[in-house]
Amino acid sequence: MKNSPLLDSLKAAGGRIVSGGPIYLSGVSLFALLFIAGSVTGIYSVYFEGSRHAYGTSREIPLAMLISTYTFFVVASTGLCLVSSIGHIFGVRAFQPIAKRAVLLSVITILSGFLVIGLELENPFRLAIYLFTSPNFSSNIWWMGTLYACEVVLLIIEFIFLMLDRHRVSAVVGFFGILFGVAAISNLGGVFAMLNGREFWYGPYLPIFFIASAVMMGCGAIIFFTVLAHRIRGAALEGQVARSLAAVGKLLMLMLAVVLFFTIWRMVSLTAGGTEKLMVLDALVRGPYAFNFWALEIGLGIALPLLLLLGSRGRRIGIMFLSVTLMILGAFFARLQMVVVGQIVPLYWDLGVSEYSRLHTYAPTWQEALVVLAGVGFCGAAFLLGEKIFANFDEAEASAEVKIGKVDGDEP
Amino acid sequence: MTFKPFEDGNPFEASGAISSVDRRAFLKIGLVVTGVFAGGTVVSAVSAAEKIFPRGSFPEKYPYKPHYCMVIRVDRCIGCRRCVDACVAANAVADYGWRTLVLEREEKAAIGQPREFIPILCNQCNNPPCVRACPVRATYKDRKNGIVMMDDKKCIGCKICIAACPYDARYYNEEKGAIDKCDFCFESRLSRGEKSTACSVHCPADVRIFGDLSDPRDRVYHLIHQLQKPVWVLKKESGARPNVFYMKG
Repeated sequence: MKNSPLLDSLKAAGGRIVSGGPIYLSGVSLFALLFIAGSVTGIYSVYFEGSRHAYGTSREIPLAMLISTYTFFVVASTGLCLVSSIGHIFGVRAFQPIAKRAVLLSVITILSGFLVIGLELENPFRLAIYLFTSPNFSSNIWWMGTLYACEVVLLIIEFIFLMLDRHRVSAVVGFFGILFGVAAISNLGGVFAMLNGREFWYGPYLPIFFIASAVMMGCGAIIFFTVLAHRIRGAALEGQVARSLAAVGKLLMLMLAVVLFFTIWRMVSLTAGGTEKLMVLDALVRGPYAFNFWALEIGLGIALPLLLLLGSRGRRIGIMFLSVTLMILGAFFARLQMVVVGQIVPLYWDLGVSEYSRLHTYAPTWQEALVVLAGVGFCGAAFLLGEKIFANFDEAEASAEVKIGKVDGDEP
Repeated sequence: MTFKPFEDGNPFEASGAISSVDRRAFLKIGLVVTGVFAGGTVVSAVSAAEKIFPRGSFPEKYPYKPHYCMVIRVDRCIGCRRCVDACVAANAVADYGWRTLVLEREEKAAIGQPREFIPILCNQCNNPPCVRACPVRATYKDRKNGIVMMDDKKCIGCKICIAACPYDARYYNEEKGAIDKCDFCFESRLSRGEKSTACSVHCPADVRIFGDLSDPRDRVYHLIHQLQKPVWVLKKESGARPNVFYMKG
């Protein structure tokens, strides 16, 4: 029986994975193991043990690490989508060699986010039904969910056409992809920003900040994964790709500065925002969240990466890699911080009653940490497998001939 | 009904002083405080209204029929918490959650009574933030009586409504597989012909008075539409327009 081309290519991809070498295969196995362990833990936590017992969330702090991890992944996804669009949709040549990988990573990170949120929701299956049959158009979660569902479909189509080198179709689909992505991420900001009862979140800041933060994350993620990909492939990072990463690095520096600027003004504005905001400010600057804020969010997530990037001059790939690794870690804690401190001030603190006289606290449980690692595991394993399955990333990078506006079917 | 704060011209133009004609016009409205507007602090809904509410912000009629609401005469509360027990018994409230609480404030320097008790529950807001936030309309405002209800089978357990509620009135009930909250005992009592909530019925000090704000013969109507005693709501600034009123006496 004659094999189909699809089967042939699958066999070839399988062969490339198997012959990836011991380090590569250990990496895939480790991430796959994390994915499985975390998913099993999440399923057990929600459906058997009960999230009330397994997760650190409470009536007082109902949104915590899993929501923030979801936010972390989807912000990265939109960022990757945006950064890839600079090259292959808007035609900036320096950004073209990273486009394919960025689109694939955008799909992978968004799915990682869905995985984590799926293990956080108590009844995710009801969402699949009632999102369509009982929509609430005034709900940001409804819009966010719907827009992200559309975006992931568009991203997949965009990626398929990119891989087929049909760039015009891919660019058109990708353009709608970024429209949906930006709308979705701003709605994710709106999920928090439209809660009038939560002073720290309320206002137009978060939707805008999330977009800036997304571009920052997208830049960081593409540098991080491109460097890793070349290490996996044993290829030197030079030529067009290296120049492309230098360009992404410059954009990242700008976005780090923008995010720093956002953060500074957010903090300054808290000083004049009334007692509740002062309580949050105090908790962040010198209270229980001071380490997270100064060391992780600012130091690890913004200041150090910015300094390292400046020092790397866009050429020293090792330093750039270290910089974005720290930035990604810092961004994870920044998301957690943003979600948690919005809920630490007790709702009736102003009544002066004993029941609401102390700041609420939250500590993640090991189950939550494992669910986060399920997302990380999925992301890592899918990235590693993607690098072998889609072998022509390198060809695209080597030639960097992403022809904008080229008529479909003209490709040789 | 639609809330039209600026229906009657720009309120800011008149914010400096309110003429006696305006004041009479306001009183003529009969202090139509529709669940919505008593002041946010310890001020009289009447005396404070001219400072707090812009002109034209008073709806002409009550949005619901019956328009259920509760008046809590807070200084009468002795902290026995029979209301909480009655609520748990009537509504099968989980031991890890609550639908109503009695908060306690200690004022050591106060002469006479050093403690104050403040009952809280879902405020059945006219503009409920939880209802706006729910992606699948699992929680909704009943069109007839204005109670914020739950449709358990739709609840996805995202808990955004818990975060959205300014009154801490919601918790996730794992037995139900949905958010649980006060429904003014609609399911357990009102829908079965009872006229009041369990907490109200079991209060020995007549603190919680439940009734229909749209009925001029109802007790709550009289309590809200009087000018002598201050009436207020909690967290007025949230814009939720609650239907639980607080007063003394």
